[in-house]
Amino acid sequence: MQILLKGGRLVDPVSGRDESLDFHLLDGQIAKIGKNLSIAPAQVMDITGKIVAPGFLDMHVHLREPGYEHKETILSGSTAAAAGGFTGVCCMPNTDPAIDDESVLRFVQNKARVALSGLVDVYPVAAVTQGRKGTHIAPFAELVGAGAVGFSDDGDPVHDAEIMRRALEYSAMFDRPILQHAQDLPMTKGGVMNEGLVATTLGLMGMPAVAEETVVARDIGITEFTSGRYHVQHVSTAGTVGLVRQAKARKARVSCEATPHHFTLTDEAVRSFDTNTKMNPPLRTREDVEAVRQGLRDGSIDVIATDHAPHSFDEKEVEFQNAPFGIVGLETSLGLTLTELFHKNILSLYEIVEKMAVNPRRILRISDVKIEEGETANLTIFDPLAEWTVDPRLFRSRSRNTPFGGFRLKGRPFGVLNNGQAYWLE
Amino acid sequence: MPLQTRNLLGLDGMKRDDIQLILDTAVSFREVLDRPIKKVPTLQGKTIVNMFFESSTRTRLSFELAERRLSADVLGFQATGSSVSKGETLKDTARNIEAMKVDMVVMRHSASGAPHYLSRVIEANVINAGDGAHEHPTQALLDMYTIRERLGRIEGLNVCIVGDISHSRVARSNIHGLLSMGASVSVCGPATMIPRDLEMLGVSVYHHLDDVLPQVDVLNVLRIQLERDAGRFFPTIREYHNSYGITRQRLEKAGRVITILHPGPINRDVEISADVADSEHSVILQQVLNGVAIRMAVLYLLGTGS
Repeated sequence: MQILLKGGRLVDPVSGRDESLDFHLLDGQIAKIGKNLSIAPAQVMDITGKIVAPGFLDMHVHLREPGYEHKETILSGSTAAAAGGFTGVCCMPNTDPAIDDESVLRFVQNKARVALSGLVDVYPVAAVTQGRKGTHIAPFAELVGAGAVGFSDDGDPVHDAEIMRRALEYSAMFDRPILQHAQDLPMTKGGVMNEGLVATTLGLMGMPAVAEETVVARDIGITEFTSGRYHVQHVSTAGTVGLVRQAKARKARVSCEATPHHFTLTDEAVRSFDTNTKMNPPLRTREDVEAVRQGLRDGSIDVIATDHAPHSFDEKEVEFQNAPFGIVGLETSLGLTLTELFHKNILSLYEIVEKMAVNPRRILRISDVKIEEGETANLTIFDPLAEWTVDPRLFRSRSRNTPFGGFRLKGRPFGVLNNGQAYWLE
Repeated sequence: MPLQTRNLLGLDGMKRDDIQLILDTAVSFREVLDRPIKKVPTLQGKTIVNMFFESSTRTRLSFELAERRLSADVLGFQATGSSVSKGETLKDTARNIEAMKVDMVVMRHSASGAPHYLSRVIEANVINAGDGAHEHPTQALLDMYTIRERLGRIEGLNVCIVGDISHSRVARSNIHGLLSMGASVSVCGPATMIPRDLEMLGVSVYHHLDDVLPQVDVLNVLRIQLERDAGRFFPTIREYHNSYGITRQRLEKAGRVITILHPGPINRDVEISADVADSEHSVILQQVLNGVAIRMAVLYLLGTGS
């Protein structure tokens, strides 16, 4: 396989380059990089106006397999990832059984390896506690040895401060972060949306912002007391952004991520009682959305990740309070990021590539993607100007639970290459 | 002049003209209820299903009575929320109703938004008979009707809703309805039972009855749900009664005539003392009678769709 990508613009924070370059790809490797390349036998692909970047990695994805294959499988989720412009995902361990020992982790890896012949790298995040029950920490040494890149009980928080302390101490020995779904459970009991004017009007039980912030504040304290690394998943409140910003100013080993829905939508969207506006953490207020955007801009928020959470149509087609939390995100992530952050002058393309490709790998100690001659081509190519309308019926994910159906977006993925495989959208 | 809506899901956002029309229409039906023959042929040939997914006695009976007095064909069921949520889904229930070609559905459900969902997927007119802690529009309409009947107007009155506002659909519907009819609305209850940002709806919030009673014309006293987590929202029934119970002594201290409403059922000597509930300023039984007239008006206006 030979491809000559002509006319694209390389945006690569790893090497610091931002320039128009042609790429000659041969058998999955980058054979040559240069200006005005002309290589006779190669199939020429004109990508003028498009961006070439190190392959994007979504570090917060629920692939649902094993256990919930009616929502998503490793194959359907990987395909959705490729279609969304990702060459890598981290899958969360809230499967059945949970990814809390080597056998389940190996099962996921084996499925992932054959899913698209390696196009999408699947990096398992293993459970912090055995069975995700919050009481005994999982065998981190075994799990890291098998390839776990981090630990999370995502979906549930690590609620016990003593367990969090020991998990941070123990994971530090392997230089892997603890990824926390920060939520105080008693304060959010029965809650289905953000606590505030909209919940008050709709008569729905609220989850206050402070229930996220108290856990983050506690965990940052524990992190600074230990030598562990701590990553806040799906930051949703202005208070959390502030806590992380202050912790970073003290050089605490803290990082965090934000989702496209938390920088795009507010709890006003819930007024429709559309269960595709129900996720955890919930959509917050305009002030929170602005704070998340500001956190992305000033670097307090390191990563854009989706919390891709597929649920079947029937599971979501119920009363709001009975619907499961979560929305799919892989196939709208880049479009929303470009529409909401790039075109609104919050992030440059360079910064977007940092938050979607570079920073997640560095937090998880996955090697940087090198865009150099002789290296494997691990690339995301996207068109920052293409306009399109989100049509959930076209999703490659097995589920379509998105609040963004019908949204008009500017910017979309064009194709991905990795491990000798390619996926093109057009 | 027809209603500007084909469903009655809530009073949030309902136009003042629509509320006015329902109240005025109810006056004629209220007269019907005083006749020896209390039945009119208005909805003959229409089929109405009363779907009560949550237990209810007075609202269900009131709707049924209203429907029969309008000569509609009435069927219904009452199921506890839990058995339904474990069995047939709301979606399947909706599809079944649609298949049976009924004209109107009256629905009570423990989930906020359930009737809104129903109204999106079926053709029949949907009337919300109470959804979760969200809205109970016919209750607020009958409350407003009763206030107008007793005091001659709604505009300019000071109405205070007392009790557990957080979990009350009656409170929410009353707030929306009364505000759009030009009343001043306040609420009074323990801070643990006042939902966040409530004042942004345009109501004043009080925590001490004696601060608010001196300027109040109408008190709408909510039932305190004794089964609900006492100890989390209020310490003891005794403390609740001492702080928020409406007693004759407290009313006398306020030094003005205050009309007392209660959506029922009453916990005597908890949120309201027995002598106040039975006093000449209490309109609790008028509310029950007016409820039938209001529901007749709503059914008529939606059912005839003119």
